[in-house]
Amino acid sequence: MSQQLLNDITKEYQKDDVVEFRPGDRVSVSVRITEGEKERIQRFEGLVIKKKGGGINQTFTVRKISYGVGIERTFPVHSPLVAEIKVLRKGKVRRAKLNYIRGLSKKDSRIKERQ
Amino acid sequence: MAKGILGTKVGMTQIFDTDGNLVPVTVVECEPNVVLQKKTLENDGYEAVQLGFKDVKVDKANKPELGHAAKSNSQPKRYLREVRGKELYNFEVGQEIRVNIFEEGEVIDVTGTSKGKGFAGPIKRHGQSRGPETHGSRYHRRVGTMGPIDPNHVRPGKNLPGHMGVQTVTIQNLNVVKVDLDRNLLLVKGSIPGPKKGLVFVKHAVKAGTQEPLNPADFVQENQAEEAQE
Repeated sequence: MSQQLLNDITKEYQKDDVVEFRPGDRVSVSVRITEGEKERIQRFEGLVIKKKGGGINQTFTVRKISYGVGIERTFPVHSPLVAEIKVLRKGKVRRAKLNYIRGLSKKDSRIKERQ
Repeated sequence: MAKGILGTKVGMTQIFDTDGNLVPVTVVECEPNVVLQKKTLENDGYEAVQLGFKDVKVDKANKPELGHAAKSNSQPKRYLREVRGKELYNFEVGQEIRVNIFEEGEVIDVTGTSKGKGFAGPIKRHGQSRGPETHGSRYHRRVGTMGPIDPNHVRPGKNLPGHMGVQTVTIQNLNVVKVDLDRNLLLVKGSIPGPKKGLVFVKHAVKAGTQEPLNPADFVQENQAEEAQE
C-alpha cells in the first residue's frame, strides 16, 4: 500500500517517453550542462553495460574508451539533465551486466548486432 | 514549541528538483489533526492546544475517551499531543489542522521513535572500536577497561552493552520539499527516525526562529472549499 503511494508521488517526476534500450546497446546520451547562465548539450556515446533499479530510481551505466582510457558514467534515466537517449546500435548479449567487458581487448569486446 | 502536526512515516524515495538535482525525501502522511482541547492560563497555568490523530473505533474507546472527543465533536483519537506556543493558539476546539500549515522550503524538526536494535554490544551501541580478529588476540568485540582502579568502583556513565533503539529522537533542521494538501502528504528532505508506519511529530524548527500566530480562517476556508468540491 505504502509502496503504491510512493510510486504515485514519484510518477510526476518520471518521463513517459523513455526509449527502450538494453545492456549491449550502443547509445548516445545528451546531457544538459549549465555554465553560468548558458546551457549547452554534451553527448556521451558508448556501450550500455548495466541497467539498475526501477521506477524513479532507475539508472544505466555507459562505458566508452576515451584516449585509451575506459570511462564509465552512470545516469538516472528520469533525470531532467538527461535530455535525450538515442540508440545507435542494438547489441546481442547473454548477460544483464556486462562487467566482463572491462577486461577485454577491443577485438574481444565486439558485440553482435541484434535484429 | 511552535506549530506542529502528527503523522506517520510512509517511506523514503527520491525526486528531482528544478535544477535537475536528485533529492532524497521521506514521505510523511498527516491525516488532518483535530484540536481536542485548549489549555488556558487560568485553568491549566500554561497555553497549549491538544492535537488528536488517527481515529479509534467508537466501540474500542472507553467512556472518558468518548467524553473527551465529544467536546470537540470528533471521533476518539489514538494519539494525543500537546503543542505549546502561540502559533496554533488561534485554532478553536474541533477545528482541523492540515499539512498546509507548512510551506515548501520551510525548516522543520521531526521527532519519532527510533527503530529497536535489541541488546547491542559496545561497538554497535557506542561506536567503540573492535579488537584484532586474528594473531591469537582472543579479544574481539568486548567492552574493554572498566576504568581506573583507584576509585574502587566503576565510574557512572561507563559505556556498556545494553538495549539500543526505541528512543525518542529528534532530527533538527530538515527542509520541507513539497506539501501535498490533496493527499495530506509532506515530503521532507533526508531521513527521519523510526520505522515505516511509525508515529512522527513534525514541527517548525526550534533554530529557525519564532513565527507569527497563524490565522485559522486562512486554512478553514480552504478546507471548506475542498469539501464543497467533493
